[in-house]
Amino acid sequence: MSMINYASREINCKLVYYGPGLGGKTTNLEYIYNKVRPETRGKLISLATETERTLFFDFLPVDLGTIRGFNTRFHLYTVPGQVYYNASRRLILKGVDGIVFVADSQVERMDANIASLQNLYENLADYGYDPQQVPIVIQYNKRDLPNIVPVEELRAELNPDGLPDFEAVAVKGIGVFDTLKSVSKLVLKSLG
Amino acid sequence: MMHRDTVPFIGPREQQRFERLITWYMVEAGLRAALLVDRTGRLLSSVGETDFDGTAFATLVAADFAAGDQLAGLLGEEDVAALCHHGENRSMYLSDVGGRAILVALFDGRTTLGMVRLKARTVIPELAGLFAELAGGDARTRGPIDPGWVSEAESEIDRLFAD
Repeated sequence: MSMINYASREINCKLVYYGPGLGGKTTNLEYIYNKVRPETRGKLISLATETERTLFFDFLPVDLGTIRGFNTRFHLYTVPGQVYYNASRRLILKGVDGIVFVADSQVERMDANIASLQNLYENLADYGYDPQQVPIVIQYNKRDLPNIVPVEELRAELNPDGLPDFEAVAVKGIGVFDTLKSVSKLVLKSLG
Repeated sequence: MMHRDTVPFIGPREQQRFERLITWYMVEAGLRAALLVDRTGRLLSSVGETDFDGTAFATLVAADFAAGDQLAGLLGEEDVAALCHHGENRSMYLSDVGGRAILVALFDGRTTLGMVRLKARTVIPELAGLFAELAGGDARTRGPIDPGWVSEAESEIDRLFAD
């Protein structure tokens, strides 16, 4: 849930990048970190293993600036994708305002996508969050690879409700900001 | 593990009360700084010498405490009530505040861990009471922001998040 601080006139929103391991969640944050103006973002924190797999989370604060008297800030988080890190994933979801589900488009990762999405809904339910009320957008990442599932099939499997979705090649930045803009605006609308 | 409420709205009155309480804690316990962080990792209030990245600090404090809770669960404890990190020059003492927030004490050799813990035991019930008021009181129903805010924020998003 967004925190509105009327005393310091701040609005903080929490966005979480969710999805299967090695799907490109951290890559999304790294691209955002490198592309937004340095004065608008804070430090990129990664709690990762020595092999750069996310252990707990990555964190990047991005400041929209002062809008009508309120300093507005997004806190971007990733979760570890590996199946056995569910305790970490659930903790990061606490207080979430918006979710980007980063799906891996490769054929062999389809089962992992489905399992991760199911895991997301289970963890939301565990907190009592209604998935219909939490803004969620889907990103089909790695569209540049040869062995990918057609978008229509990905949609049928992962997005039957017609949530906003985007094709992406996060490592090149393609689709990264489109995805972020979409989820950010959905979160803002939920505040207005 | 129990699920905790987050803090949706904080008004000037509540903010002043938070600051007054943690200032009291800082002075009475001889701290260098005192901070209040919610369980999702957002900095609610800070006083004293906070010459570091408060946003990153708050996020890591919440993560630290969340990991502590999970460890406690493995040992058969429901939650962690406090964590202590000893540094060479500066140390941290983190206390749970009613399951809703974390009170952070930063201190050095000018005081003792015993004093830090003692004063924490005094201030925590008062902070917890304030959080309970916030969770159940009229602050929750306060309207957020003026109608033009969303469209202006959307325009800013388009400017900021551009390749």
